[in-house]
Amino acid sequence: MAFAKQISGEGALKRRVVKNRLFAGSVIFFSMLTISPILLIVYKLVAKGYRQINIDFFTKKAPDTYEAMVAVGAGEVIPGGILNGIAGTLYMVFIASLIAIPVGLLIGIFLYDQQSKRYAGVVRDVVDILQGVPSIVLGLIAYFWVVKNITNGFSALAGSTALAIMMMPLIIRSTEETLKMIPETIIEAGFALGVPYHKIILRVLIPSGFSGLLTGILLAISRIIGETAPLMLTALGSMQVNFQIDKPTSAIPLLIWEFYNDPNMVDLIWSSSLLLMMMVLLLNLLSRQIIARRS
Amino acid sequence: MISSERVVKIVLFLSSLLIILVTAGMVLSLMNGSIPVFKEIGLRFIISSQWNPTEGSEEYGAMAFIAGTLMTSFIAIIICFPLAFSTSLFIGEYYSGTRIARIVGTLVDMLAGIPSIVYGLWGFYVLRPLIVDLGLNAQGFGIFTAGVVLAIMIIPYATSISTEIIKMVSSDLKEAAYSLGATRREVILNVLIPNARSGIFTSFVLAFGRALGETMAVTMLIGNANIIPDSIFGAGNTMASVIANQFGEAEGLKLSALITIGLLLFVITGIINGIGKLIIKKFNS
Repeated sequence: MAFAKQISGEGALKRRVVKNRLFAGSVIFFSMLTISPILLIVYKLVAKGYRQINIDFFTKKAPDTYEAMVAVGAGEVIPGGILNGIAGTLYMVFIASLIAIPVGLLIGIFLYDQQSKRYAGVVRDVVDILQGVPSIVLGLIAYFWVVKNITNGFSALAGSTALAIMMMPLIIRSTEETLKMIPETIIEAGFALGVPYHKIILRVLIPSGFSGLLTGILLAISRIIGETAPLMLTALGSMQVNFQIDKPTSAIPLLIWEFYNDPNMVDLIWSSSLLLMMMVLLLNLLSRQIIARRS
Repeated sequence: MISSERVVKIVLFLSSLLIILVTAGMVLSLMNGSIPVFKEIGLRFIISSQWNPTEGSEEYGAMAFIAGTLMTSFIAIIICFPLAFSTSLFIGEYYSGTRIARIVGTLVDMLAGIPSIVYGLWGFYVLRPLIVDLGLNAQGFGIFTAGVVLAIMIIPYATSISTEIIKMVSSDLKEAAYSLGATRREVILNVLIPNARSGIFTSFVLAFGRALGETMAVTMLIGNANIIPDSIFGAGNTMASVIANQFGEAEGLKLSALITIGLLLFVITGIINGIGKLIIKKFNS
């Protein structure tokens, strides 16, 4: 046997020890290489973006090209902020959540309730398919369903629809996983007391799984908040702060894309990206905190 | 009188129907949108690599973008493999359960939180100049640049499942090998990997599926040329990036061509994810 041949002899032993060390070394080396991009990216965003972050950044709309050009020419910080993007992102994420959270929770509860039934298996497969659909394709879909047929133009609703379809599978999955962890005895105790089914859901399942459900929702939001491609096809972007659901709306990632394509505004990409990253990190941290407190 | 139990069950059932309707509706909408292409171009659309929107001599084909998508995704998975696999061993085996493993795990999770457009910016301002300096490509745009950034983007997806699977390998088996005098490397190669093989493979299949559909970062780095890339450093376009790029000015047959590409992308990612899920199911049973 090859293995037996490997371990015989003094020199062979040394060789095996050296190989073992080399292997461990390369595992550590590649692992460090893996985590270096996150550090490099965060460093780059902070180093280049912090200068632009001030009160105006949160309270003023994006400047036009001319204002930006003058400021850059004079070596000053670009005036204005990204209020239209911040407002649009919060608004569209809010609408998307209004659609996706109730539907996601209901389907998650359904899958938990039906567990091993055949139809539940089909639904689970469909959820998996939906989760794998590239976001740009969801943008195409929202364009056809909402932009073409409901709002007759690019709109916040179309953007939210694309985002909601992205959120749903994530919430469904986390809901089902959370509910499965709840001890069955608690639920059976409820049934034994003659509690009706809807009250079991509202008073037993949701409260005892609350932290898990909330974590799933927060993580789903953190996954969609930076989405750009589907919004390009649906919300389009706007220079104004817009809360009308049937009008084009800006979002932070859409603004980053506009700044990236405009040589005068390019300095604003770093601060906007930094803010977007902070929002994602905050959501992740929050959900980690919730998980930590539960266990 | 309908009992509350029935009402709840009906509501739950209807909500589950909704998700099926949405998914089926998506497929139908995409198919409906691709009718003009199949009427005027037919199946040639899939194998043709022509992309010519000039009126009068309009001709569309998806092959250049299919090629671009596969090339970027394969480069991504090849670069991703040593990184993600080592990280899985680091978290799940070498430093399993320790503080450093938790920190590395958190940082890898953070990679999944970075928006695609931020990866694009980083690729444009940091990686692209590097590619130019190395003399790989004059402008720094191309399949390779996009593939490298994609590789980083899919690391967390490849790592998460592999780590779980590696952790699950029974310690009895590993200890049996250690007691025979095997080194850690030998245990990993002869015990751990054979036992975790299909799980690790699945995680890379699913990561590959992610890479296929990534849009923004690729759009910003691939060079946006509607041709079959002439080399791995050449410019090209993926199915996702051509939709993002050309959608704004598209109507008529061109719009239909982009939708058909969307449909193809939907089908291809569906197949890849399906394969991944099948292996998991087999593995679990």
